[in-house]
Amino acid sequence: MLRFVLRRLALIVPTFFGVTLLAFALIHLIPGDPVENISGERGMDPARRARLLHQFGLDEPLPVQYARYIGHVLRGDLGQSLTTHDSVAREFATLFPATVELAFFALLFALVVGLPAGVLAAVKRNTVADYAVMGVSLTGYSMPIFWWALLLILFFSVQLGITPVSGRIAVQFDVPSVTGFMLIDTLLAGDLDAFRSALSHLVLPTIALGTIPLAVVSRMTRSAMLEVLREDFVRAARAKGLPRWRVIVVHALRNALIPVVTVVGLQIGLLLSGAILTETIFSWPGVGNWLIHGVQSRDYPVVQGGILLIAGIVIAVNLVVDMLYGVVNPRIRHA
Amino acid sequence: MSVDTAAVADRERFPTGEALVDIRDLRVDFGTAARPLPAVEGVDLSIGAGEIVGLVGESGSGKSVTALALMGLVDEPARVAAQRMQFAGRDLIRMTADARRSLAGRDMAMIFQDPHASLDPCYTVGFQLDEAIRLHGNADERASAAARRQRATALLREVDIREPAMRLRAYPHQLSGGMAQRVMIAIALAGRPRLLIADEPTTALDVTVQAQVLALLLRLRDELGMAILLITHDLAVVAETADRVVVLYAGQVMETGTVPAIFDAPRHPYTRALLDALPEYERGQTRLRTIPGVVPGAHDRPAGCLLAPRCAFAVERCNEVRPALTALRARVSVRCHYPLVVE
Repeated sequence: MLRFVLRRLALIVPTFFGVTLLAFALIHLIPGDPVENISGERGMDPARRARLLHQFGLDEPLPVQYARYIGHVLRGDLGQSLTTHDSVAREFATLFPATVELAFFALLFALVVGLPAGVLAAVKRNTVADYAVMGVSLTGYSMPIFWWALLLILFFSVQLGITPVSGRIAVQFDVPSVTGFMLIDTLLAGDLDAFRSALSHLVLPTIALGTIPLAVVSRMTRSAMLEVLREDFVRAARAKGLPRWRVIVVHALRNALIPVVTVVGLQIGLLLSGAILTETIFSWPGVGNWLIHGVQSRDYPVVQGGILLIAGIVIAVNLVVDMLYGVVNPRIRHA
Repeated sequence: MSVDTAAVADRERFPTGEALVDIRDLRVDFGTAARPLPAVEGVDLSIGAGEIVGLVGESGSGKSVTALALMGLVDEPARVAAQRMQFAGRDLIRMTADARRSLAGRDMAMIFQDPHASLDPCYTVGFQLDEAIRLHGNADERASAAARRQRATALLREVDIREPAMRLRAYPHQLSGGMAQRVMIAIALAGRPRLLIADEPTTALDVTVQAQVLALLLRLRDELGMAILLITHDLAVVAETADRVVVLYAGQVMETGTVPAIFDAPRHPYTRALLDALPEYERGQTRLRTIPGVVPGAHDRPAGCLLAPRCAFAVERCNEVRPALTALRARVSVRCHYPLVVE
C-alpha cells in the first residue's frame, strides 16, 4: 500500500508539468491578450499598450514567461488576477466551496438514484423496469449538459415556476460566509428561510450536473450486479435461506460496489469539468464560472492557476478513491 | 411415463421407516412451453433419515439441477414439476416460496463444488457463519452476539478447524481449499439440518484433502444423524461413503441400488461403463476404458433409450422404445430393455 501511494505521488511530477504546459499553451493560443481586453472597442494608445504588456511581463518570449511562471508556482505563488488584482489562490479558495457543494449534491443525486435503479434493472433483467432504467440512463448520458440545463429551467422555472432560474440564494438573504457552504452557513446563521432558498437554488444545477454520473452509475451498477448475481456465493447465500433482499443488498451489491467505486472516482473529474458548464448556465458563483470569466477576459494567471488547482484536486481525489478500493475489496487490502 | 414400482418397493423396505426425501417423477425444464428443453426428466429419488445416497452421473446428467430443485433454488424461466416432492412428510410443491426458504439452510443445507467461490469474498468467515446462526440458531443465539460467536467457534471446531477464533477473522481468500470447504460445512451445520446436499464437495480439492473432507462428512453423519445426498461424478467416492447409489444419465435414473449390489454386479450397461472407467475397478488394465460419445443435449434427445447411441449393446428396440425403470430385485432397479446378466 505504501509503495502504491509513493508510486502515485511520484506521478504527480510529470502531471504537474503536463498540466501547467498545456494550460499555458492553450490560453496563449486564444487570440487576444489581457491588455486588449482592458482597452475595449475603441483601442488603446500603442505606447500605453506596450507599457502595460511590459508591466504584466507579456512582452517576453513565451518560454521565458512559462519558466518564470513555473518558478513562481513552485514557490507557492499562483500570481494575481489581472482584472481584480486579487491573489488567484485566495479567489479560488473563496469560490471553491460553491463548486464542491454543487458537485457533492450532484454525486449524491447520482448515487442515491443510480444505485437502486441499477440494482432494480439487474434484478428485473429484461423486463419493462430494466428497459425503462436503461433507456432513461442512455438518454441522460447522451444529453449535452447546457441543453439539458436549459430544458430544466424552461420547464421547472419558467413553466411551473417552482424553482429559481439562477444563482445560489435569493438576493434578500445576506448570510455571513463561515464555511463557504451555503447550506451549512444558512443553518449556522439559524436562518431557515435562507436555507430553504439555498436548497431550492441547488435543485436544478444538481440535476443538470448529476445526470451523466447518474447514467454512468446506474449502467455500471447494473452490469456489475448481473455479473455478481451469477456467482456461486450468491447461490450459496440463497442456499443458506437468507431473505432475498439480504442476498441482493448484503452480498450481491456489496461485491458489485467494487467496480462501481472505481467508476465513481473517475466521475469526480467529469463533475468538475461539467461544473464549468453548469455554473455558467445557472450563474453559480463557483470556480467554473470564475474560469470562464477568466478565459473571456484573457486573465492568464486565473486560467492557469485555476486549471492547475482543479487538476491537483482531481489527482488527489483519484488517489483517495484508489485507496478506498482497498477498503471495499478485502482481497486487495491483504494482498 | 416411467412407471416406477422399484422406488416404492425401495422405500417400503428401507429400515428407517418413512423417507426423509421422497421425490417422484421430477421434471425440470429450461426453454419454453412450446419447445421444452428438459434437464431432468422423470427422476425418482428417496433418501432415508441418516442415509447417504450417492447421485452419480457425467456432466450435464442433471445431478446438480435435481439438487437445486430440491433446495428450491431453480429460477424462472426454468420450470420444476413433480408428481410428488416431499421433505420430512411436507409437500414441497404446494409450499409458498417463503416456506421453502425457511427450510433452506435450516432443515436442508447445501455445499458446493468450489468452496472458495461459494464464500462471499467481501466478508470474514465469522460474518458468514454469524449470518447463518442468526437465521437458524436457537432463541439464545438469535438474541445474543456472544452466544453466536460461541456457536461459530464450536461449529468450526466441529469441522476440525484449528484455532477457530483466529479463523473467524479470516477472509475467504486467506483459506486453503480444504479449509474453505470445512467452513462451508460449518455454515451448513448452523441450522442443524436433517439433510445435507453435497454437490461435488471434493472435486476441487487435492486428493489428500478430499479424503479428509469425505471422512468428515461420514463422521458428521454418524454423530448428527443427518442424511447426505452426495452428488459426484466419481464412483470411487461413492463406493467409499454412500449407502445407496442413483445413477443419472441425461436427466433420467438409469440404475439405482445399494452400493454393494451396484458395485458387485452392475446391471445397466451405463453403470458398467462408468465402473470400467475407474482406475481402481479393473487392475492390470493398461488403458482405461472410456465411453464413446457425449451425453445428449436437451435439443437432440433420442426417441428411444437415451443411452442407445453410445451403448455397445444397443439393438433396434433400444432406438425406438424408451425403457422404463423396473425393479429387478430388492432395492435394485434398472432402466434397460436388456439388463446385463450377472456373471
